[in-house]
Amino acid sequence: MTTAEKYVTAAYCVVFAVVLVYVVIIALKLQRLEREVDALVARPQAEPERERETVRVG
Amino acid sequence: MDLRQFLFVSRLSLPALAASSLVLVTTALVLVFFVAPNDADQGFSQRIFYFHVSIAFTAYACFGLGAWKALVHLWKRDSRADLESYVAVHQGVIFGSLVLLTGSIWAKISWGHWWLWSENQLVLFLVLFLFYAAYFMLRFSVDPGPQRANLSAVYALFGVVLVPVSFLAIRLAQHFIHPIVFTRNGPAFGGWILATYLVSQVATLVLAYTLYRVELSGKRLDVRLRELREAHA
Repeated sequence: MTTAEKYVTAAYCVVFAVVLVYVVIIALKLQRLEREVDALVARPQAEPERERETVRVG
Repeated sequence: MDLRQFLFVSRLSLPALAASSLVLVTTALVLVFFVAPNDADQGFSQRIFYFHVSIAFTAYACFGLGAWKALVHLWKRDSRADLESYVAVHQGVIFGSLVLLTGSIWAKISWGHWWLWSENQLVLFLVLFLFYAAYFMLRFSVDPGPQRANLSAVYALFGVVLVPVSFLAIRLAQHFIHPIVFTRNGPAFGGWILATYLVSQVATLVLAYTLYRVELSGKRLDVRLRELREAHA
């Protein structure tokens, strides 16, 4: 492999690596969002507000 | 377009965009390494040009899109446009870092230096890159809300002025070693070199747009989740 070929390969590998790292970061973020959605779904529904008893005042 | 239609189109178009990116980038790589002839002056190392220049124009396009969305935000006070502007600038910075990295590698093999401070084109691109890198410092130093969106939009609009300056600097300079391939009379090459460059340019633009759409979907989902969490709290 000549020096020029090594440099050209390095340049294209850098592009590939940066795009790959970016995709991995986005994938990790989407996984986190998925976990948060699951946590929201698993959260128990808020209890319906109890009807307040009417109280006579005065 | 209502929400259901929007979701339908976005579901259809993202996989189609991703497939197009894959096909185009593969085609571009085949053309770069197996079809395009060696440059008479620089030989094999000139093959860095196809992605280096394509990525540079893509970075400019991302900054331009970021500025356009910033203008839409300031005009219509649309929070979606603020998010779109942020994602476009983010893409621009990623592609900008790739321009600097591939450019340095090409400079080393062609000029014998990783970087030359005497070259206006290089320094102006670095200034543009650092300006947009500082965008994130500004954005995340302000609490989320209209003030942050407005400040970010004004900053993104100011930054786009540097794009034509960066592009024209080399054409106005008297002494330079950075090559000019796009002159007033058109590109300084033809045949397979031009065809390979055009395919690489389209491939890079489609790839950038795909990544933009993916990141934007994630950010929108994040915003919706935050709103849901606040509603449930």
